[in-house]
Amino acid sequence: MVAENVAFWIIAAAMAGAAIGVVRTQNVVHAALFLVVVLAGAAAQYILLAAEFVAWVQVLVYIGAIVILFLFGIMLTRAPMRGDTELDNDQRWIAAVTALFVLGVLVFLLVDAFGDRAIKVDDSLRAVGLSQHVADSIFRTYVMPFEIVSMLLLAALVGAVAIARRD
Amino acid sequence: MQINQFLILSAFLFCTGIYGVLARRNGVLVLMSVELMLNAVNINLVAFAAFNHSVSGQVFALFVITIAAAEVGVGLAIVLLIYRNLRSPDLDHVDQLKG
Repeated sequence: MVAENVAFWIIAAAMAGAAIGVVRTQNVVHAALFLVVVLAGAAAQYILLAAEFVAWVQVLVYIGAIVILFLFGIMLTRAPMRGDTELDNDQRWIAAVTALFVLGVLVFLLVDAFGDRAIKVDDSLRAVGLSQHVADSIFRTYVMPFEIVSMLLLAALVGAVAIARRD
Repeated sequence: MQINQFLILSAFLFCTGIYGVLARRNGVLVLMSVELMLNAVNINLVAFAAFNHSVSGQVFALFVITIAAAEVGVGLAIVLLIYRNLRSPDLDHVDQLKG
């Protein structure tokens, strides 16, 4: 239990620092690399929560595909690399106030609602996270949403090609 | 482990995403901040799946990951089109409808 908590706080600190890096750095490529740290930290948290299948899907889809898409986007839009152009607009202070306000409200609500209720990581939870059960759930209970999401992916693929096509 | 430590981590990531969406000018960076917010949602879903010992939250997290991939594809295509038309990826320049 103690080891899990120590691991959680180390990963959480790395994720928080990297998340601030994503929104504060003045170099677009560094923002993409900070995003990799946040996504890998989230995958590690999923493993702490005994959700191994989701963790590996996170690594494959987010770090493997989405970050590469972002790097292509940075390359194709020739974003400034050395901070010679301002990447932030002039709403910085009001954005910080909004974010801190939402954070305060959320933390207050969460502490009020859940207090110190614990997640019991035991053998029954590890059995739930097996990919066998995830697959059973997707292809039995959630088979309609699964098919709809595959149609949505196809539509997004065709839409992205149609929007970005040079004609 | 308490459930609140995961929920507060995810609340922090979500609020960082809010700050990024509001304060960033570059379209690619705004999309990255949206990814931060979607990740916060995923951490919530997986934490509640572990809290309730139920697999449904993990399945929903997988759906969110899929939709995030679709969103980034279409979003980057739109940013690319903005760059092609305005010669700049800055969203502040998209103000033709401003009175």
